[in-house]
Amino acid sequence: MATFLGINFFALFGQLLIGLINGSFYALLSLGLAIIFGLLRIINFAQGAMYMLGAFVALLGFKYMGMNYWVALLVVPIIVGLIGILIQRFLIRPIVNEDHLYSLLLTFGLALMIQGIFTHWFGSSGQSYPVPEALKGGMRLPFMYLPNYRAWIIVVSVLVCFSTWWMIEKTKLGVYLRAGTENPQLLQAFGINVPLIVTLTFGFGVGLAGFAGVMAAPVYSVSPDMGSNILIIVFAIVVIGGMGSIGGAILTGLGMGIVEGLTKYFYPEASATVIFLVMVIVLMIKPSGLFGKNA
Amino acid sequence: MSHNSREKLRITNLHAFYDESHILHGIDISVMQGELVTLLGRNGSGRSTTLKAIMNMVGKRSGEIVVNGENTMTMPAHKIAHLGLGFCPEERGIFASLSVEENLLLPPQVRSDAMSLEEIYELFPNLYERRTSQGTRLSGGEQQMLALARILRSGANILLLDEITEGLAPVIVQKLAEVLMLLKNRGLTILLVEQNFRFAAPIADRHYIMEHGHIVEEILANELKAKSELLNTYLGV
Repeated sequence: MATFLGINFFALFGQLLIGLINGSFYALLSLGLAIIFGLLRIINFAQGAMYMLGAFVALLGFKYMGMNYWVALLVVPIIVGLIGILIQRFLIRPIVNEDHLYSLLLTFGLALMIQGIFTHWFGSSGQSYPVPEALKGGMRLPFMYLPNYRAWIIVVSVLVCFSTWWMIEKTKLGVYLRAGTENPQLLQAFGINVPLIVTLTFGFGVGLAGFAGVMAAPVYSVSPDMGSNILIIVFAIVVIGGMGSIGGAILTGLGMGIVEGLTKYFYPEASATVIFLVMVIVLMIKPSGLFGKNA
Repeated sequence: MSHNSREKLRITNLHAFYDESHILHGIDISVMQGELVTLLGRNGSGRSTTLKAIMNMVGKRSGEIVVNGENTMTMPAHKIAHLGLGFCPEERGIFASLSVEENLLLPPQVRSDAMSLEEIYELFPNLYERRTSQGTRLSGGEQQMLALARILRSGANILLLDEITEGLAPVIVQKLAEVLMLLKNRGLTILLVEQNFRFAAPIADRHYIMEHGHIVEEILANELKAKSELLNTYLGV
């Protein structure tokens, strides 16, 4: 009984699962972008490159140093985050008072350079990263077969996204972040080291991309252009969710993954464009995005 | 030059700039502990800029600003508050994304004898009732109370207050005058930028009159009557 009313549930749930997994990555990446945009008003075009970097550092660590997946999951986001901190401190901070177009171009240039260097070193073909032993195999559900690693991706992404949201909404650090987003100068006058918070936030946002990169390594092939491919979609998601909206980025990321999955089943021809179609409609009806505040 | 320990704030030959425009032209101000001193003057005379310059919130500055005997000219902006300075900006600066209580607890404590939350709520009962509301949902008067309460909670003992009575109902202005007198009696030092001369006159010890980025006159409280003619020419009241 795999079909009902002409719907093949095996295929439908299969596509939904793929959609949810893609959505998990969209959520992680757009969350990082939203945090960075909220506090720095910078659109970080290098977010995709940092995701790619995360996957590559995990891959190279595994190949040359025998670094296992679990260590990579912990260490790689820190490494990528530190690279982000260096970028913010030494490249972005000097131009922070210029037009935001400059930082946008800077991060765009950085993304191209990083991608170019990796293509030069490793070629453009994808490499594979093994699924960790503990997460091999899968579960047989009524309508589908669910590989353990894919379930892991969804659970962990939702957990990480939710913890980040919780940290921003419910902790003192989050209070500083929200206040710094609104009026950094006044927060500084109250005695908070805002430049330090800005640098750490950038590092955290970029570290999230590195984390997504490690999570992605066992399911997508690790290649220099993996970041630029996903980044365009992630930008559309941030626009749909509302620039700088933390909750919006998470929900829209997961939601758009599902929309994409459903489209793949019902009308596969549109699956590559459906997110952009949603973006156009949202922009026409609510230009500040689904969860954005009216500017 | 030896430092007078009762002198909380001394500004010497302060110049300040926003981009290319030269706003303050060498001003000198001194405020002693427990004094309430006002900066009077027309809009655009440089009074708000003086407060912002003290907090290191303007573009470029030269001259000397000494707080509690410590020269602050080379200090990064986030260190200034820790000398015991509390700044209340003209636009009040209530954070819309924070609740009333989050706004209240936002500034880190800069001195150990800060007012407790209980004392604050006793002084401003309205804030207690609305502590979970979004900061900007408060009325103008309540927002002003919050802006003031916020720096009291941090323990600041040198208050820089910018136009705190602007646009408020007389009954709230009266309440603010009472609060300022209470703070003054507790030994806090207050530098007040004010448009409302009738609010400032009865509570202040001294007045500096500013015009075009200069201090043009210093008037003691007991000279007000004698110099009212002069005051009228400067302020046009």
